[in-house]
Amino acid sequence: MYVRHLQVVDFRSWEHADLSFDPGVSVFVGRNGQGKTNLVEAIGYVATLGSHRVATDAPLVRMGCARSVVRTAVVNAGRELLVELEITPGKANRARVNRGPVPRSRDVLGILRTVLFAPEDLALVRGDPGERRRFLDDLLVARAPRYAGVRSDYERVLRQRGALLKTAGSARRAGGSGDIRTLEVWDGHLAAHGAQLLAGRLDLVADLGPLVSAAYAGVAPESRPAEIRYRCSLGESLPEGYGVPGGPRADIASLEAALLTELARVRPQEIERGVSLVGPHRDDLELVLGAAPAKGYASHGESWSFALALRLGAYELLRDDGAEPVLVLDDVFAELDRRRRQQLAKVAAAAEQVLVTAAVAEDVPEELAGARYEVHEGEVNRVG
Amino acid sequence: MYEGPVQDLIDELGRLPGVGPKSAQRIAFHLLAAEPADISRLQEVLQKVKEGVVFCQVCGNVSEEQTCRICRDARRDPTVVCVVEEPKDVVAVEKTREFKGRYHVLGGALDPLSGIGPDQLRIRELLGRIGSDDIKEIILATDPNTEGEATATYLVRMLRDFPGLTVTRLASGLPMGGDLEFADELTLGRALSGRRTV
Ligand SMILES: Nc1ncnc2c1ncn2[C@@H]1O[C@H](COP(=O)(O)OP(=O)(O)OP(=O)(O)O)[C@@H](O)[C@H]1O
Ligand SMILES: [Mg+2]
Ligand SMILES: [Zn+2]
Repeated sequence: MYVRHLQVVDFRSWEHADLSFDPGVSVFVGRNGQGKTNLVEAIGYVATLGSHRVATDAPLVRMGCARSVVRTAVVNAGRELLVELEITPGKANRARVNRGPVPRSRDVLGILRTVLFAPEDLALVRGDPGERRRFLDDLLVARAPRYAGVRSDYERVLRQRGALLKTAGSARRAGGSGDIRTLEVWDGHLAAHGAQLLAGRLDLVADLGPLVSAAYAGVAPESRPAEIRYRCSLGESLPEGYGVPGGPRADIASLEAALLTELARVRPQEIERGVSLVGPHRDDLELVLGAAPAKGYASHGESWSFALALRLGAYELLRDDGAEPVLVLDDVFAELDRRRRQQLAKVAAAAEQVLVTAAVAEDVPEELAGARYEVHEGEVNRVG
Repeated sequence: MYEGPVQDLIDELGRLPGVGPKSAQRIAFHLLAAEPADISRLQEVLQKVKEGVVFCQVCGNVSEEQTCRICRDARRDPTVVCVVEEPKDVVAVEKTREFKGRYHVLGGALDPLSGIGPDQLRIRELLGRIGSDDIKEIILATDPNTEGEATATYLVRMLRDFPGLTVTRLASGLPMGGDLEFADELTLGRALSGRRTV
């Protein structure tokens, strides 16, 4: 698939921008702070309804404005869809597809798929487990958009259950009994939604694992082999072989039962501490290099290679699924050494569409010579 | 910021659900330009809802008298009770014309984030009705969202020990994550007639 057209209004630094693209390579060049990343961030937003740089929508809206609009025309297998999003911080986004309103903005997920590489990716390796859970969940949604609903239902249940535990916990610490009559109800819903999310992630990791290992070997052949493993808060209760390449597909009912058992076991601690201790929100994706975890052990170069391998693996996976995602390479070449640059350029040159940002044109490998856009003082012009 | 009473009016309007600062401003200036007679009428109805509207002692719906029109209506089947969150949901179900029984309005849904537990809802009153009236079926018509589903699950647990009582839930097909009132009449009617025992 490819993005044929992008229009933004009051998005980040852009009062207005209107751009047409061809399939293949498009490179945005301009000095620091001119708004290159802002443009590809808008495209990423249409694909994920989130930014790769910030957790909330407020910074996306141009300072002093109430809302942003992002419009994209996406061509997939010869068919073009127009996706329009109106972003109003603190409110539900409004979305239209082919000019017709859709009930919820998440109904646009799946129309555009992107895999975005950015300097922020280093956090996938060095950051908190939340970064890696987000990586998995975003990929899960890109593969199967219904997971957007599963994810938000789970998060809502988690927040409600957390509030109940917190209130009960503080009541108990104050000498009261703490009302937990409804806790079992929330347990049931947590387990039901949690099992779906967990099953999705486990199968995803099983499919993604070999692709990440292969991508890492391509990027850093001299290094020790890389592997990913899903670390689950169910511990020993996780059925054998789940999340492992070639293992059994995860069974939702078994996971739901395991979650319920585990919830019952940790209940006293949960009430005492006032937090939910079991469920996919406590899990992590372990990145292993040779025999050691990447986090805390890997060198700077190895960490970068691993981050790159995760994105390359995601790209391969989505490609294997069918619709080829749009590749977005935000300012990554400056960070990479020659070999990694070449490896990434090789993949990118074969992609249906790749959007590249760079402060100086020399950072972009020759293989990626394509359409060139100059970004300068609130304007963007195609120059080649 | 405007001076004095105009800003006060905008602030008050802005506290209403679904009214943002811009709409509040628009409504305020509309009211400023309105005929005095229109304003008096608005004032009167506002006064009346506060003084004249009570909640039905039986079902909890809004009512002009101690018991509401539906609870007083002898043609309505007293053996089937539809449990909803809010009075507006009664209106939504009535619009489908599919339902000939009575209602029970909970006054909300389980919502720990807002400090709402079983005691803040009219659950005890519901159990009292089932104990004393001749109720054969309870239809759980809470909203198809996280809080509504949790409330339904909780009620199923509370109701399963009543001998001879059937508990049903609206058929799926309602847009998930939404409010009952946002479902169109046809969809809600279908969900009602296709309800299943839980
Ligand atoms: N909500 C906003 N309103 C107005 N301006 C914003 C907003 N958010 C970011 N900016 C501005 O956008 C600019 C950054 O744009 P962007 O990150 O796209 O730069 P870039 O061209 O990618 O630069 P670099 O080469 O350094 O990566 C900054 O000058 C910042 O002040
Ligand atoms: Mg940038
Ligand atoms: Zn009544």
